[in-house]
Amino acid sequence: MQLGMRKRGLRKWLNSAVRWPRVIGNNFDLMETTMSDTENADLEKFRSETRAWLEANCPPEMRKPATSDADVFWGGRNTKFSSEPQRIWFERMRDKGWTVPDWPKEYGGGGLSAAEHKVLRAEMAKMGARPPLSSFGIWMLGPALLKYGNEEQKKEHLPKIAAGLIRWCQGYSEPNAGSDLASLQTRAESDGDDFVITGQKIWTSYANYADWIFCLVRTDPAAKKHDGISFILFDMASKGVSTRPILLISGYSPFCETFFDGVRVPKSHVVGAVNRGWDVAKYLLQHERAMISGMGERGVGRPLGQIAADSIGTDAQGQLDDSMLRGQIASFEVDEAALAACAERAVDLAKAGQAHPAFSSAMKYYGTELNKRRYEILMSAGGVDALEWESERSRQGARPRAWLRTKANSIEGGTSEVMLGIVAKRILDLPGA
Amino acid sequence: MALVLTEEQSMLRDSARGLISDKAPVSHLRHLRDAKDPTGFSKELWQSFAEMGFAGLLVPEEFGGSGLGFVEAGIVMEEIGRTLMPSPFLATSVVAASSLNRGGNAAQKSEFLPKISSGSLLATLAVDEGAKHRPLQTSLKAVRAGNGFRLSGAKALVLDGHVADLLIVAARTAGAAGERDGLTLFLVNPKAKGVSIERTIMVDAHNAARIEFANVEVNADSVLGEVDQGGSLLDGVLDIGRGAVASEMVGLSEEVFHRTVEYLKGRKQFGKLIGEFQALQHRAAQLYVDIEITRAATMKALQALDTDVAKAASAVAVAKARAGTTATRAVQEGVQMHGGMGMTDQFDIGFFMKRARVCEELFGDANYHTAELARARGY
Repeated sequence: MQLGMRKRGLRKWLNSAVRWPRVIGNNFDLMETTMSDTENADLEKFRSETRAWLEANCPPEMRKPATSDADVFWGGRNTKFSSEPQRIWFERMRDKGWTVPDWPKEYGGGGLSAAEHKVLRAEMAKMGARPPLSSFGIWMLGPALLKYGNEEQKKEHLPKIAAGLIRWCQGYSEPNAGSDLASLQTRAESDGDDFVITGQKIWTSYANYADWIFCLVRTDPAAKKHDGISFILFDMASKGVSTRPILLISGYSPFCETFFDGVRVPKSHVVGAVNRGWDVAKYLLQHERAMISGMGERGVGRPLGQIAADSIGTDAQGQLDDSMLRGQIASFEVDEAALAACAERAVDLAKAGQAHPAFSSAMKYYGTELNKRRYEILMSAGGVDALEWESERSRQGARPRAWLRTKANSIEGGTSEVMLGIVAKRILDLPGA
Repeated sequence: MALVLTEEQSMLRDSARGLISDKAPVSHLRHLRDAKDPTGFSKELWQSFAEMGFAGLLVPEEFGGSGLGFVEAGIVMEEIGRTLMPSPFLATSVVAASSLNRGGNAAQKSEFLPKISSGSLLATLAVDEGAKHRPLQTSLKAVRAGNGFRLSGAKALVLDGHVADLLIVAARTAGAAGERDGLTLFLVNPKAKGVSIERTIMVDAHNAARIEFANVEVNADSVLGEVDQGGSLLDGVLDIGRGAVASEMVGLSEEVFHRTVEYLKGRKQFGKLIGEFQALQHRAAQLYVDIEITRAATMKALQALDTDVAKAASAVAVAKARAGTTATRAVQEGVQMHGGMGMTDQFDIGFFMKRARVCEELFGDANYHTAELARARGY
């Protein structure tokens, strides 16, 4: 063991914090080794060019977080831009392929390497630039299609996702298949070149706005429950599809019940092999969990301590005039910073080929519980002011509605209890889990 | 900087782990404790440490050291945490070596650093005075006397204080307790007149002392850094110590967790393995996540220290706070899940609980660092 060894270039490429959802989502399979000096110089060139381009092209209005759901651009057939800057920003990013920076160019992506993508994210984060397009197609379906789709499917769907032309929704959960997703009963019966789909989905996010659905259906009722499922894509405008929004405790309806009554779908729309849909579903779930776990780490907006100080006031030492809340906020921020480091490390482990495939479950568990804590603190910090539900002053109760919304974080995409079960079984190898 | 070990760092870890697990498993600590060993660690093993380049790991090569960074020091600390090996590494090789390297003049560095590298000099920082870690509250007084200073006061929790050859003493040369200005670090010979040292046998069977200074005279050359301006030097070396202790706690937490999960897979009650019970599975899974997150936060802090010690404070506060909370939880779950066995002295788990308690107090506990973060962020 020679300890005279020197650290080589460790400090060379310090990167600012990465954002978890998009990161993990797109880089799970990428391998990256240590960069040479030439590659490093190229990357620095890319960084300065990117920074200049963003400076020149990102409208000032797009350099702060979206304040409401309506302020987020989701794309789709019936989409409208909520503002001119939103349109400009989206179109400029789309034209560079940067709605999906690391997808291959042939599918409408930017063709960036993992390192370049990290630089772009870091530069966007520095500027506070918001994502130009939010999309389940980008976060969930895209990665699954890139891995499991055939060439025809990739060519058909990926460019439309990248260009924001088609808005997707996810048909997974059913009334009797929640945590136990694999017991789903929506059936797809073979009829010539088509499947005929009948059944019901629930918690379908924005199904009432979606153009297409990626859906889990049972194609072999006789097989064991994981072995008779297929992953299929179809148009929500197909005959026999109907949706009904579900009113939630937040007063919003982000989810729907979705009904299929003899919907006819060509068999060529199955992704992966018939009856092997569970593989695709699981792969996609990793991305969904990674996306949701990012919510606890979202360092947007003003720091909690400042929000609380404005609302509650400070004492003579400038400390928050509620020492217990101050402690809660600080503990939260310790955990938040630690989670951010862990998210960054998860990406680095994935690149180094050392990531455990079930680790996204661990992050999903922690990230969502942390986000719930954030909103409990925000409600406490807001006090009476955070109770108003309808006033202009409260932006129609934005805070209490967001607080209630977070309660779903640890349910959707697999409950915290299911996540812990996965960690126990797949990572800790505990018996009978 | 990626938050994974490089190939070279992995080699360092493997070699540290090889030596430590072979020569100093938990039974090594148990033996030293039961024998009431007057040194409290193995001098022979410390020589091996020096020969492998660990004693001078942070010391620049020109002074006979390995010239490595805090990430590497953290790697060794983590391995120490796995077996609870009592060793001068933390006090001498991390905290004292950093103090001398960062604050020392050319003469001080060339006098002491080569001896640290060769394993022939043990040194330690004496900072705490009260029950809790409050460096700014330092009230041990140093008044000018003749060409030098005269020190009066007392220090507690001086690591390896009973065997150290050199004390680095935080003293107040101006201002009042609570102020950052007016702190000065002094190099003090423990054999100097007026120094009395009481070895304190602690709950973890590691090594520390209380030291009294009764009009101890030191000359002007004994000042480490600048008179009255020692606050920032002290901040820096304390942060380095905190990062190192956080690493030890990560190693400790991981080891106790590993032992606990193995126990869950082997112990049967009610006709099944207790690891089949969902109540225990979920708690184990939560602890796993806590440890992973703490590990990442600790790596982040060590990298920040390597990049710029002066700017690493927040990352270090996060790491030490997290490490304290996580280790405390890990050892409690460890004892609880081992049931009655966990309460016996014969079983090693208790050693981990005891060491975690001491690590938690070392250089500030989770509450201290959480409050520091709030203060730094201005609320």
